[in-house]
Amino acid sequence: MHDRLRKYRNRMMMGIFIIATLIALIPLFGILGYVVKNGLSALNWEFFINLPKAMGAPGGGMANSIVGTLIMVLIASLIGIPVGILTAIYLTEYDRTSWLSIGVRFATDVLTGIPSIIVGIVIYTAVVLRMGHFSALAGGLALSIIMIPLIIRSTEEMLKLVSHSIREAGYALGISKVKTILKIVLPTAAKGIITGAMLAVARVSGETAPLLFTALGNQYWARSLNEPIAALPVQIYQYATSPYKEWHQQAWAGSLVLISLVVILNLFARFVFRSRSN
Amino acid sequence: MGQSLSVRKLEAWYGSNQTLKGINMEIIPNQVTAIIGPSGCGKSTFVRCINRMHETLPGTKVKGEIILDGESVYDQDPVALRKSVGMVFQKANPFPSMSIYENVVAGLRLNGMKSKQKLQATAEKSLRMAALWDEVKDRLNYSGMSLSGGQQQRLCIARALAVEPSVLLMDEPASALDPIATTHIEELIRQLKENYTILIVTHNMQQAARIADSTAFFLNGELVEHGPTSDIFTNPHDKRTEDYITGRFG
Repeated sequence: MHDRLRKYRNRMMMGIFIIATLIALIPLFGILGYVVKNGLSALNWEFFINLPKAMGAPGGGMANSIVGTLIMVLIASLIGIPVGILTAIYLTEYDRTSWLSIGVRFATDVLTGIPSIIVGIVIYTAVVLRMGHFSALAGGLALSIIMIPLIIRSTEEMLKLVSHSIREAGYALGISKVKTILKIVLPTAAKGIITGAMLAVARVSGETAPLLFTALGNQYWARSLNEPIAALPVQIYQYATSPYKEWHQQAWAGSLVLISLVVILNLFARFVFRSRSN
Repeated sequence: MGQSLSVRKLEAWYGSNQTLKGINMEIIPNQVTAIIGPSGCGKSTFVRCINRMHETLPGTKVKGEIILDGESVYDQDPVALRKSVGMVFQKANPFPSMSIYENVVAGLRLNGMKSKQKLQATAEKSLRMAALWDEVKDRLNYSGMSLSGGQQQRLCIARALAVEPSVLLMDEPASALDPIATTHIEELIRQLKENYTILIVTHNMQQAARIADSTAFFLNGELVEHGPTSDIFTNPHDKRTEDYITGRFG
């Protein structure tokens, strides 16, 4: 009797877990499926190599937006990943308890929760207005500010997972603290740190709001990093809110490309990591 | 060759808690010295002072002197000191990101040794000394974590030996191992004393009796008695030592 009750309860709980998992998966696959279905029909080779056409004209592509997004994400990564990882090293390895590190940690938490549009406005005021024009640099900078707290937090958690005994083993061999951190602790936490960094990259690749104020968008190729530049999320936003059916189609295609970019970036990072660890 | 150690008026603190209260002790080169005593008596702190690991933890303090081969360890650069005073920990701690080979030569390679030949020769020599060579020679590129617990501990011993220290500190090196692995490690310690001065912290009095030439009994941060192992176990001078080794407390 008691046994049957236990088995019944067991089965019921498992059922609940499965249902919860399904509920979590429905929107995920729903969105993915919807974007693929709508995007695929508008996607062709032209889309990747052509510039946008004039209003209402058929054809055209988002080549400049794709490149623009890649450039700004690259700028953001070049700033955000080293600054984030080095800050996390300082916080975990050198200074866990001083007012400085408590302050930095608090600021990091606050920054993580700040709506990204505010970052856009700040960079607009601090950089765009001062330089006198929108630019890829300002866009990349805004994205890097969104990345930094994410990377600090994830890297810090990963470094904390590395057992203190590993560090002591390094010291006990007469290895300096810096080398112990760089050659022993970091490689031990590398997988998690890279995953955290990739998630941050994926997160900013889709940011729209901060780019509206900084990169602005551009229907043509930007000739330098000092000019307004197109970006996929901005282009999608502008096309999706336009009244033209062709542009809606293009927005779907752009969304599909954006999602694919993020997926490819993730797979790439994993592949690079795996080939290095073997 | 092993070197002599002489400890004078050593005191150590964790925050406001004094764990060593004036230790005076002479450690004879090329001998195995066992440190025994109940939990919390300061024996781990004692060995961690010798390679200056104690002070790497926040809030710690040390006073007194430790003379290694005529020179005070507190006058030396701690990083350089730890090359001549190696350490093996209670729990085997191979570097997870490194292969067996990389683990053994980590101390040399990260301190700038580049010659592949030298590194390979040292790796083989150290693994042979740690009685692990035959078991791992065909899989030196496997992760150090792929080994069993006892093998991992011998890997850590090989890693410590590769740096060629003159003193080897062992903090309960066999306490997490099964009897067979323990026998391996004890056999190893007996052989190593030809070339090293060995200090071993142990909870296990039979182990001290089996491998140590001299034994020191610590209690509440003080050195109660230190002498030839046979004397300590058969003819202790202090009542507290006798009580401890006969199992009346601790």
